[in-house]
Amino acid sequence: MKSRDPLGLRRALADRLLPMLVAAMALLGSLALGGALAAAGLSARWEGGAAAAIMVQVPPGTDAAGAARRLAALPGVAEATAIDRARMGDLLRPWLGNTESLPLPALVELRLMALDGAEDLAARVQATLPGATVESHGIWVARLLALAGALQRAAWAVLALVVLVAGMMIVVATRAGLAARRGTIAILHDMGATDGMIAGRFAARLAWLSGFGAAIGAGAAAPVLMLLGGMAAPLVGAAAAPPWIGLSVMPPAAALIAWATAQLTVRQWLRSLP
Amino acid sequence: MVRLEDITLHYGTGEAPALDAVSCALEAGSFTWLTGASGAGKSSLLKLLHLAARPTAGRLFVLGQAVHAARRRDLPGLRRRIGIVFQDVRLLPHLDVLDNVALPLRIAGRREAQLLADAKEMLDWVGLGHRLHDRPEALSGGEQQRVALARAVVARPALLLADEPTAQLDDDQAHRVIALLRQMHRLGSTVIVASHNIALLGEYPAPVLHLAAGRLVDAHEEP
Ligand SMILES: Nc1ncnc2c1ncn2[C@@H]1O[C@H](COP(=O)(O)OP(=O)(O)OP(=O)(O)O)[C@@H](O)[C@H]1O
Ligand SMILES: [Mg+2]
Repeated sequence: MKSRDPLGLRRALADRLLPMLVAAMALLGSLALGGALAAAGLSARWEGGAAAAIMVQVPPGTDAAGAARRLAALPGVAEATAIDRARMGDLLRPWLGNTESLPLPALVELRLMALDGAEDLAARVQATLPGATVESHGIWVARLLALAGALQRAAWAVLALVVLVAGMMIVVATRAGLAARRGTIAILHDMGATDGMIAGRFAARLAWLSGFGAAIGAGAAAPVLMLLGGMAAPLVGAAAAPPWIGLSVMPPAAALIAWATAQLTVRQWLRSLP
Repeated sequence: MVRLEDITLHYGTGEAPALDAVSCALEAGSFTWLTGASGAGKSSLLKLLHLAARPTAGRLFVLGQAVHAARRRDLPGLRRRIGIVFQDVRLLPHLDVLDNVALPLRIAGRREAQLLADAKEMLDWVGLGHRLHDRPEALSGGEQQRVALARAVVARPALLLADEPTAQLDDDQAHRVIALLRQMHRLGSTVIVASHNIALLGEYPAPVLHLAAGRLVDAHEEP
């Protein structure tokens, strides 16, 4: 049985339905994957940003560099950097314009070892540097991070659901394609084809159709994800690349699901025959 | 070659059996008519012989193998040595005539170049050499039946079963098909032909198995 299509399956099986359904499912799966990865990236970024988020405003007249050295010694502080005037000018320029003539407070930026200690730290900073004010937005960022974590978990849950539904769609579409060929399967069996021969032929054909559909779907998702990545770039820093590995896994995964479904279904039918 | 010992076949529980304690033996290389009224069990008997059903009770030997006791995985190899013309033809609708006839050879794993030549030769033999690339649906009922015959004999089966192979044919074509079956018999196949057409039986004198309500009877017993 080595001609291109010995059992005529090319014409026998629902040639358009299965790849089209699988393509739609792969597109949805790709978008869900892109969304989950974007949520993960965003929350990682917030986390990184939050670690640098605590600003201490040094009381007027205090030497910022000296204050930074003393703050660096506090437990829980990874790093303390005095912010020089030039950098502060850069930071404030979007809001205040030229700040050279403005009286600006001296600031020290603290990087924390862990976020949990943020609230206790405020008290310790004030004990070390009486009159210093601790900006509280780091504490807010900690709460925001909890939200980001929840968002990320929700995104993975949606991805898992889409993958599950996509897998089930492939199973249903594969079985529908086979149902139309039940008579053919019985005739092949009656003519002495073995279960392995029949199941193998159908499984190979359906795996190909399903893998082809998934390649179309994942391929269509790539430009969409690039576009969305580009649009999200200002929010997350760099334009996120589409998840190439995830996208390239889809066609073989879809092919495998269809192959296994066809094998199981055909063998199950054949076992009801003598 | 073919031996039935007290064969019973029940399709469902409760109803009368389709075959009831049938016993007979057919020698290798024999030609046998199988006859009986509609519903007598002719197709059911052929179904058992080409291993599409297993007997409910009794012992069945086909081509020397004890089918009633055979393992399932031993049956495909046995089926490949049996050719059958189904009463309802059963060609694969999505394959053209040539591929339909080539199917048993492909299942047997023959070489592609050789098997196409063999399939063409068989179609010439049944007078359809000019319709190789038509789909079955484009053929008349009688033509489909001849394609089914070509498919049944193309792998040179040791046992050839034909279920009403002339049902849809006019007299000329029916004679032709019977002649083809006789030719297979002469070439050494064991042939069993089911038909309720008694006139046809006169065409080729041969032993007759007569079924009535699932039982083998002496032809003279029937009213
Ligand atoms: N698949 C089946 N399921 C249930 N009963 C069946 C089945 N096939 C046949 N029968 C029953 O078995 C009996 C014998 O049927 P069978 O088809 O063997 O008769 P037959 O002699 O071939 O008749 P015909 O000349 O009409 O083809 C009938 O009563 C029929 O209703
Ligand atoms: Mg019948």
